[in-house]
Amino acid sequence: MLLDSKIPEGSLAEKWDKHKFNVKLVNPANKRKYDVIVVGTGLAGGAAAASLAELGYNVKAFTYHDSPRRAHSIAAQGGINAAKNYQNDGDSVFRLFYDTIKGGDYRAREANVYRLAQVSVNIIDQCVAQGVPFAREYGGLLANRSFGGAQVSRTFYARGQTGQQLLLGAYSALSRQIAYGKVKMYTRSEMLDVVVVDGQARGIVTRNVITGEIETHAAHAVVLATGGYGNVFYLSTNAMYCNVTAAWRAHKRGAYFANPCFTQIHPTCIPVSGDYQSKLTLMSESLRNDGRVWVPATKEIAERLRKGEITATDIKEEDRDYFLERKYPAFGNLVPRDVASRNAKMMCDEGRGVGSTGLAVYLDFADIIKRTGAEAVSQKYGNLFAMYEKITDEDPYKLPMRIYPAVHYTMGGLWVDYNLQTTVPGLYATGECNFSDHGANRLGASALMQGLADGYFVIPYTIGDYLASTPPKPVDTNHPAFAESKAYVQARTEQLLNIKGNRTPDEFHKVLGHIMWEYCGMARTADGLRKAKGMIQQLKKDFWNDVKVVGSGEEMNQALEKAGRVADFIELGELMVDDALNRNESCGGHFREEYQTPEGEALRDDENYAYVAAWEYAGENQPEKLNKEELVFENVKLTQRSYK
Amino acid sequence: MAGSNPNAKPMNLTLNVWRQPNRQAQGKIVEYHVKDISPDMSFLEMLDVLNEDLLRGGQDPVAFDHDCREGICGSCDLFINGRSHGPEKGTTTCQLHMRKFSDGDTITIEPWRANSFPVNKDLSVDRSAFDRIIQAGGYVSVNTGGAPDGNEIPIPKEISDRAFEAATCIGCGACVAACKNASAMLFVSAKVSQLSLLPQGHVERKTRVENMVAQMDKEGFGACTNIGSCAAECPVGISLENIAILNREFLAAKATSNNLA
Repeated sequence: MLLDSKIPEGSLAEKWDKHKFNVKLVNPANKRKYDVIVVGTGLAGGAAAASLAELGYNVKAFTYHDSPRRAHSIAAQGGINAAKNYQNDGDSVFRLFYDTIKGGDYRAREANVYRLAQVSVNIIDQCVAQGVPFAREYGGLLANRSFGGAQVSRTFYARGQTGQQLLLGAYSALSRQIAYGKVKMYTRSEMLDVVVVDGQARGIVTRNVITGEIETHAAHAVVLATGGYGNVFYLSTNAMYCNVTAAWRAHKRGAYFANPCFTQIHPTCIPVSGDYQSKLTLMSESLRNDGRVWVPATKEIAERLRKGEITATDIKEEDRDYFLERKYPAFGNLVPRDVASRNAKMMCDEGRGVGSTGLAVYLDFADIIKRTGAEAVSQKYGNLFAMYEKITDEDPYKLPMRIYPAVHYTMGGLWVDYNLQTTVPGLYATGECNFSDHGANRLGASALMQGLADGYFVIPYTIGDYLASTPPKPVDTNHPAFAESKAYVQARTEQLLNIKGNRTPDEFHKVLGHIMWEYCGMARTADGLRKAKGMIQQLKKDFWNDVKVVGSGEEMNQALEKAGRVADFIELGELMVDDALNRNESCGGHFREEYQTPEGEALRDDENYAYVAAWEYAGENQPEKLNKEELVFENVKLTQRSYK
Repeated sequence: MAGSNPNAKPMNLTLNVWRQPNRQAQGKIVEYHVKDISPDMSFLEMLDVLNEDLLRGGQDPVAFDHDCREGICGSCDLFINGRSHGPEKGTTTCQLHMRKFSDGDTITIEPWRANSFPVNKDLSVDRSAFDRIIQAGGYVSVNTGGAPDGNEIPIPKEISDRAFEAATCIGCGACVAACKNASAMLFVSAKVSQLSLLPQGHVERKTRVENMVAQMDKEGFGACTNIGSCAAECPVGISLENIAILNREFLAAKATSNNLA
């Protein structure tokens, strides 16, 4: 299939306005004749479901949680970017656009990113109107702080709980529409297939995780807002339930999967402490505003630290290497995430890592505590410091935090055009679930922005264009495609229950995670990736021969849910490896050791790889087919990224 | 791999866990033993160990609610040794670490106990009553689009900070489980306070509090007798002051009701 990104004509600044005028409209009386399914109730899904219902569409919203308020958007800490320029520090829509394109290492689509920057200002207004309690100055106006990859203060925040407050805002708007009867909310319902009728998405199949009942639901269009796939690495900052299943089943039904190897490793996470560990915890990027990152200047000092002979505070100033400040004087500790992560790894690889495992660097607040006092620091970061102490049993007011990079976000996802429609007509993907806005590296405080932009301000316009060309007659669930999808889901559930092997789903997941982290993590090589591919193929065979799930499908069965998710992660893992192997360049979070500058920075190959790799499913155990969307840059000049 | 405290010794524990196959079935406490538990594990990681053992042995793992494991999603909801989220103050179950327990301890783990939170299975309960209370009025009625510029509504910092404090409720239900009356007053009051403190919430101030309280009663939550165990056990420190605000808002609304229903 030819990939048509449907980018509107005209200058960058005019595209979205012109497009909004040119799209077809559904008249208000007809909107109630259309049903739209929204899967996922995080920022992207919750905002979309509420906004579509406000317009008059009949929305069916789905979440596997017990409440729409539990989606993982809630855990985002630091903030949300918007080009308000309230600080008078030179921000503008174009600067936010430029920073995002550059931060993404020139692998995102210009038109989408510009639209994102444009609507960012509306998001803040909308959230304030909903009663989201953003941080404020004493004069009563909104406060901002700085984030990585930018030299202006454009990040709006609510202490360390910005995601929570934004999600509760979207949840309140959604709750209002549920009360009005315009949204029918299905909780504890996990989507397990997309139903495609005559080439168009017409519904989904779900499993009620309490009763085990497999249900079919029909609609005129389906919006997936099902988040990212970072849990393919087993350990990540994602919530335990985050998974790729909805996106992967859509992929198998014809939606292309774009840039799957673009994953974000966040530099400031609490290090792994043991094999029992179930997840990793992020320490917000906002801490890099005031915390200074360092390691001991020599291996010998690091060695003594690891043995417990000395502690961090014993190390003299001249024996410390503030490596980000040294190497990147212009951005210092606020370099983008991929750069900060890679440098932390380099320090540990040199033997200068700290903590008992040597896989950590320090994030030190001694200077700011001395300058402003512990009380002021607590005002800003109190909840993060408390969380750190709960997990590590160390007091970050006295000792520097130990941090290490961890998987945090996935820039790759379902391929979508400018309208956020996948390659399956009528099937849309929003938020982290799509690939569109962050290129090869996402800047801090941009995930919340994208989720809400897609949900509040993009999909309500673009979905109408599709629906207006679809007759408003009810969708018939008696079509054989529904029965076929349902049978597929039932057969797969039975298959998982009947293997009756010896290894638990978690055991397989851990093995997969190790493979992905080792060979497709922060640094990748062609040899390593080829090795990983073989290992994953073997793991897939082992899984389908030896996984152990007890109980039945007709009850609450968390091991069964987990097994289904792990099976999909294994298949995705192989595609990620293929994608990383195909991309013979380094860009953003995708760092191929063969392609680096003499200083060890990512070395792009714009001549050959300035494209989106969109993978097409070709059948069970068949190699996926690569489709390319060439990226055209008309408004920014492609340069080697420099934060020096 | 060593944890943050290399001297900490692994623990052996006895667990008394509530098992109940489904909502209709009779439940009971079942005793389990777990070994070599690291003090650096979180409480839920300890339960992961138990569940992996059970599954390998062909037994049904213990169902429990959890997700973010960072103390913010509000999914986890265990009643540990008679206390919501266990012994550590200001902490959700997922952020409770095993260093708070000792080798040889017996730990009793139950689901939230409240008629309005029926058990789904084992330790997982149905908290949809909270969603229905929010649906009754826990919002500002603004549609997407057309909102004024964010800085057109200046809000004094101290008011905004108080609203934020109330808004940090994670909706876990610990307050209900801790209350001898299974009252949901702290949960409801947190949302009422947030929106009555902020100017954006003033237009619907009266109908909101009336409708949310009515829904709370309809869901069968108990009355508030001002004991304060809800606030004492709240993992995010929602203050009892919010209940005072709720009572004031409710009386003011009833005295001058706009609610014609």
